[in-house]
Amino acid sequence: MSNRGRLSAPGRLSGQPEGDGGTGTATADRPEENHLVPPGSLRDLALRNGLVEAAIRPPLRSYAQELWKRRYFISGFATARNIAMYTEARLGQLWQVLTPLLNAGVYFFIFGLLLHANRGVPNYLSFLVTGVFVFNFTQRAFITSSQVIRDTLPLIRALYFPRACLPLGYVLIELQQLILSFFVLFVIVLITGEPLTWYWLLIIPALILQSLFNVGGGLILARWGASIDDVSQLLPFLVRTWMYVSGVLFSIQTLASLRMHPKITYLLQINPAAVYISLIRNTLLASQRQAMPGSKPYNALTCHLYYTHLNDKKLVYDSAYCHPVVSQSALWLWGVGWALVAIVIGFLFFWRAEARYGRG
Amino acid sequence: MVVVDDLHVVYRVYGGNADKGTAATALLRLLKRQRRPSIREVHAIRGVSFVAYRGDAVGVIGRNGSGKSTLLRAIAGLLPAEEGMVYTDGHGALLGVNAALLDDLTGERNVVLGCLAMGMTTQETKDAKPRIVEFSGVGDFINLPMKAYSTGMGSRLRFAIASAKSHDILLVDEALATGDAEFQRKSHDRIDELRQQAGTVFLVAHQLSEIYETCNRIIWLEKGQIVKAGDDVPGILDDYLEASGSERRFRELAETAAPAGD
Repeated sequence: MSNRGRLSAPGRLSGQPEGDGGTGTATADRPEENHLVPPGSLRDLALRNGLVEAAIRPPLRSYAQELWKRRYFISGFATARNIAMYTEARLGQLWQVLTPLLNAGVYFFIFGLLLHANRGVPNYLSFLVTGVFVFNFTQRAFITSSQVIRDTLPLIRALYFPRACLPLGYVLIELQQLILSFFVLFVIVLITGEPLTWYWLLIIPALILQSLFNVGGGLILARWGASIDDVSQLLPFLVRTWMYVSGVLFSIQTLASLRMHPKITYLLQINPAAVYISLIRNTLLASQRQAMPGSKPYNALTCHLYYTHLNDKKLVYDSAYCHPVVSQSALWLWGVGWALVAIVIGFLFFWRAEARYGRG
Repeated sequence: MVVVDDLHVVYRVYGGNADKGTAATALLRLLKRQRRPSIREVHAIRGVSFVAYRGDAVGVIGRNGSGKSTLLRAIAGLLPAEEGMVYTDGHGALLGVNAALLDDLTGERNVVLGCLAMGMTTQETKDAKPRIVEFSGVGDFINLPMKAYSTGMGSRLRFAIASAKSHDILLVDEALATGDAEFQRKSHDRIDELRQQAGTVFLVAHQLSEIYETCNRIIWLEKGQIVKAGDDVPGILDDYLEASGSERRFRELAETAAPAGD
């Protein structure tokens, strides 16, 4: 009741808005009685008052600052989603561990027991489970990130916040799940006879690098998935292909059929998924470190024997006498490189479309 | 402050029976950069201009499909302008009728996440939480997932969260209609408060008395164009009532309430 009789609006009696530079409502096909338009150009009025376009993205610097301010939102969002994810399942949070375990079980049955992909790989069970868990981190981070904008549309449409929070939160969820499943992994690794060594500490930098890479990739996919619905249909198919070429199920460097194609071997080994998988395998599994080509001085005969007798359990460590295609230190460099490239490109790419999320 | 300058908004709607697409057809479309077939364009806003200042509460009325919600979403920056431009001095919070923010999370978590998303610190969030829960009046339901809420409860909690912080622009799209009488009174007071904190409030409502009591300016839309706009709220409300075949009543109401009026 407080607002009767207000006469204070500027331009109250200005009449029709037609004819002032740039603001003509030429399409009006009926007389409109609009008293909320002051005379003069509206654009000038807006700029004079320091207004900005409603749908404009913030400058990069302030965007990054806003994002940093929301760090508690990101972690809160991740935790809440993590809890909600399995609330309706009878086994609840146990699925966080069961899912990767069942996955590893299936792959072990098919590739280890039926297809003998384990030839020439020492401690294949640990090798496989490590690969599956580590690849699963990137796979899940990418697939969920591609859906994040659609999943959280009501939130995006209601409140303003830097949208990069959302894919970041989703990657954090997957990191939390990975850390949980790593405890299972540690048990498997120790049971299969690997020693507990100081090398294990190198898991931390390796996981940080992989997380950065996943965030970068997740940001890119989040933008694609937001604008093109088809991405979420296509992605699982691409990611599965990626898994088969990344040496999750077999060892790229000791695969006999690749031995004559060093260029292909090289490309396969420097692909980011393979890099992070190898890094973590080499830190966690002593058997992998010892069998890694290049870890012993080159010996042509022993190396040749290894490749010709892949089924011979006694020779399984002799791959160490072959030439490495990508050395351990090169792996670390590639790991850092991929992480930096992904995070920088991903962040810029996502930020450029900031004003467009939630539209449509 | 909000300046809307000859705004046109065009929706692109995908036809109902477009092909769903397998992985292979999806890949082809990506490569060829083709649009999906059967896109229809809906010209929802056709040349709307107005200026709203800080401290204004602007009511938007019109029939279903007249472009009210579209206008609000364009002001919030959620719809691109086909032509013309919307200028604002800050980010808006848009409250619509969909009940939840994140509907598989509990009300309490929605409160916390909503506050953090709006940029509050952990401490501010902790302080604000009891007030928000109290204001929303959802009671014990606060510990249930929001998908279990009734529409009214959901929109009450949403409004409580979004109004916990002062916004430059608050856009309320029928979000209060599902609340009960007591909540409508509370939210009316809250909107007045937000206006005094120098925000601009937009209110879409079919309940004209809500607009009459809350707003100092009004926009009447018809087919995406302004029929009448101004600060003679009771006058325009009456014209709208007359056009839709009802009795005029707000002018009379205003004169009995404040004889010195316009």
